[in-house]
Amino acid sequence: MEKKDLKKIYHNSPAGPIIFTVLLFLMPVFISSNYIFTIFIMIGFYALVCNGMTMLTGFAGQISLGQATFYGIGAYSSAIVTGTYGLSPWIGMIAGMILGALIALIVGIPTFRLKGHYLALATLGFGIIVYTSFKEMKDLTGGSNGFFGIPTINLFGFEFNNDLRYFYLVWVFVMIGLIFSRNIIHSRIGRALRSIEGSEVASDAVGVNIMNYKLQAFMLSAMFASLSGSLLAHYVTFINPELFGAMTSIYFLLMVIIGGSSSIWGSIVGAATYVLLGEILKQLVPMFLPSAGGEFEIMFFGILLVVTLIYMPNGLYPQFEKLFSKFKKKKEKVQPPLQVGGDRVASGGENQ
Amino acid sequence: MTRENVILKVDNLTKQFGGVIAVNEVSFDVKKGEIFAVIGPNGAGKTTLFNMITGVLPSTSGQVVFENHKLTGKKPYQIAKIGVTRTFQNLEVFSNMTVIENVMTGAHLTMKTNLFTAGLRLPMVVKEERKTMEKAMECLERVGIAHLAYKMSPTLPYGSQRLLEIARAAASNPKLILLDEPMAGLNSEESRQLIEVILKMREDGLTFVFVEHDMETVMSMSDRIVVMDNGVKIGEGTPEEVYQNPKIVAAYLGDEEEDTVYA
Amino acid sequence: MEVHSQVIQLLFSGLTIGSIYALIAIGFVIIYNVTGVLNLAQGEFAMFGALISISLINAGLPLWAAVIFSMLIVSVIGALFERTAIHPARKSSVPTLIIITIGCSIAFRGIAILIWGTQPQSLQPFTDNTPIKFLNAVLLPQSIWSIGIAILILFAMIYFFNKTFVGKALTACVVNPFAARLMGINPEKMSLLAISASAGLGALAGIVTSPISGASYDMGMMLGLKAFVAAVVGGLTNAPAAIAGAFVIGILESFTEGLWSSGAKDVVSFSMLLLILFIKPEGLFAKASGKRV
Repeated sequence: MEKKDLKKIYHNSPAGPIIFTVLLFLMPVFISSNYIFTIFIMIGFYALVCNGMTMLTGFAGQISLGQATFYGIGAYSSAIVTGTYGLSPWIGMIAGMILGALIALIVGIPTFRLKGHYLALATLGFGIIVYTSFKEMKDLTGGSNGFFGIPTINLFGFEFNNDLRYFYLVWVFVMIGLIFSRNIIHSRIGRALRSIEGSEVASDAVGVNIMNYKLQAFMLSAMFASLSGSLLAHYVTFINPELFGAMTSIYFLLMVIIGGSSSIWGSIVGAATYVLLGEILKQLVPMFLPSAGGEFEIMFFGILLVVTLIYMPNGLYPQFEKLFSKFKKKKEKVQPPLQVGGDRVASGGENQ
Repeated sequence: MTRENVILKVDNLTKQFGGVIAVNEVSFDVKKGEIFAVIGPNGAGKTTLFNMITGVLPSTSGQVVFENHKLTGKKPYQIAKIGVTRTFQNLEVFSNMTVIENVMTGAHLTMKTNLFTAGLRLPMVVKEERKTMEKAMECLERVGIAHLAYKMSPTLPYGSQRLLEIARAAASNPKLILLDEPMAGLNSEESRQLIEVILKMREDGLTFVFVEHDMETVMSMSDRIVVMDNGVKIGEGTPEEVYQNPKIVAAYLGDEEEDTVYA
Repeated sequence: MEVHSQVIQLLFSGLTIGSIYALIAIGFVIIYNVTGVLNLAQGEFAMFGALISISLINAGLPLWAAVIFSMLIVSVIGALFERTAIHPARKSSVPTLIIITIGCSIAFRGIAILIWGTQPQSLQPFTDNTPIKFLNAVLLPQSIWSIGIAILILFAMIYFFNKTFVGKALTACVVNPFAARLMGINPEKMSLLAISASAGLGALAGIVTSPISGASYDMGMMLGLKAFVAAVVGGLTNAPAAIAGAFVIGILESFTEGLWSSGAKDVVSFSMLLLILFIKPEGLFAKASGKRV
């Protein structure tokens, strides 16, 4: 009976996620195109970064304009630990996550002391500093030429050396990340984070150390981004600073917003939308405009971002959810308890 | 008035905004298990006083001591840890949560789960969640809104939201709750219900300090009253004593009509 | 006097860079003060200004006409930007508005790629660009143009805000939008005016800089961010402080580049941004009682 009780608060059925996971992991049975695997691997990398950012943006109400910094820190940590020193990739991964969290701590402490939305500005500035450092610290990173020869990952002798194997590796990480985040959201920590968004003064009055929780969310997001960067490094085996510039940070933010930061599932929706739409545009637009070259698709993403923020501030995921709930009409649809941000219901009285 | 009975000691508390002295050397003691009221006309400095006690505003001089802890200079979340929490005049429920989640957030300090145990959802986390949920349910039952537990909090009527704030405050196992105009915006039926809840909680050992405009509530509920005017304490005593003090009647009760309109 | 002339040289190139940042930073400050929006798309106006003027000159227009027309066109782009992106979201939170301007910024870049492609283009210097010797340092006339225009605009701004009705109305909107509305000033119109005027100023900055450093679709981001750093360092709440900040950043960058390495200059400017944010968030030159931030 007690068990049922907890489900009453956090009543998301596992059906959706399980169906998604099974379909995804069975996909290689039906499809054997390396192009498709590559696309899904990229979606996985981005989803992992966005997952952490969703915790930061959707649940702690903070915005990072420099998440690619941590993505880069993970990638270079792995590259240096495995490529330069020849140690195990798993050590590189953990080292990157620790370094990312430490740097988030150092940037976060002075930032969260200030009232207002300084994290956006501080991460923006910090992102460019780190990006330039990647270019300038040539002995360590190989500078603008990049870092070559990063080894592949192996686990007990099993090499993740082709797209199919890497597809499984990345998505196992994505799923673990999602479950981890979901567990946090459905706990004391998640409530503390959401209470900051709900009412900062009340949150303070019930004993939530707001700065501490914002900091934790920021550090967690840095660790997710760093992990994803490590996985990227071992997949592409060659990295350069351009992968981790300000534009990449903006793309991450774009994915989070388009997918919807009110649910961690938004991170997968956002990453998939970004990658798939980018691929489609690259195929379609040159048919109409043969002269189009470079990263013209950013025009569409820019417009999509603005339109989303103005007309659909909760992003795409809630639309998916509505669609999904039509299939299971029988179940009474209660208001999702995880809805944060955007269009909150105004409470009665003179609440400000 | 023995020394060890005093739970909250406000000592010469002063707040100056630029050239304006909002609260001027106010002192009073609150005893354990008391329901203590702070009254006074608009602009008397009651809310400023409250904000200083709860750490929202720093005080210019003077100090607040709760049991053996100095509250002055501490942040609200640190003061909550010591056992002092509050409700708000303009409701501050967590509008992005269900009613029960609100109360469970109130129990934040009674829990131990951290980021990593939560992420891994260790058995101790699940156990703690269940315990907290039971406790939150109890708190909701105590204020009489347990039937609304799974509703989103902004959908509740105004009066129930006030009760929710009290349940949330009670969930942190505080020793003292400060209520900022708890009756504002309530109809007489809701007010009566709220008074009942507060009296019941006092029997369980809680102490209350509240700021109020509604004289009927003040007279029917409080054990002792401090009267403020223009930032200064102008009187103190039981409701009867306050009613009989001509100075207080002149300064405040004479204006009662105006204030009833406000309340 | 080798060191002496090098210092003058670096100082002068710092002033040149600073003047470009200043022109964009003024727009930044005007928009921020009138609408409360941190417009991270400001640099893209400079990019549009530069590329449009080059196209107009290639189409046969004389320089002065190209400058005026491209400033006007970019002002119209600014007005469209205000109507379609800022105005509908004016009630949103601060971070939402910031992200909207970022969205516009990348959309502008995308549009620029579709129109002008990715190849950098260049603009002839405004006048004969034979270097002038001054105290053993070599000065380019285009730099003098750049510094001169920035100073001219500074005085024009001071005149505009203190002496003209529209300027005073804009100031009123900043000080007290509610009272301004009572006085018959429409803050929404002022928002439109502020953003299109700032866009025009940004365009001018882009045109002035393109004979020095070229013009391409991706020039806007760094220019905009540096101008933003300048505005924050100087003080977001008033234009003269932001201009002072712009020259500080310009000189800091030119000395870093000259005495250390060109890669380090971004590190130095953005470290300056962080330093100011953490230590003196109201800016170096702003009065402490700044209303915003």
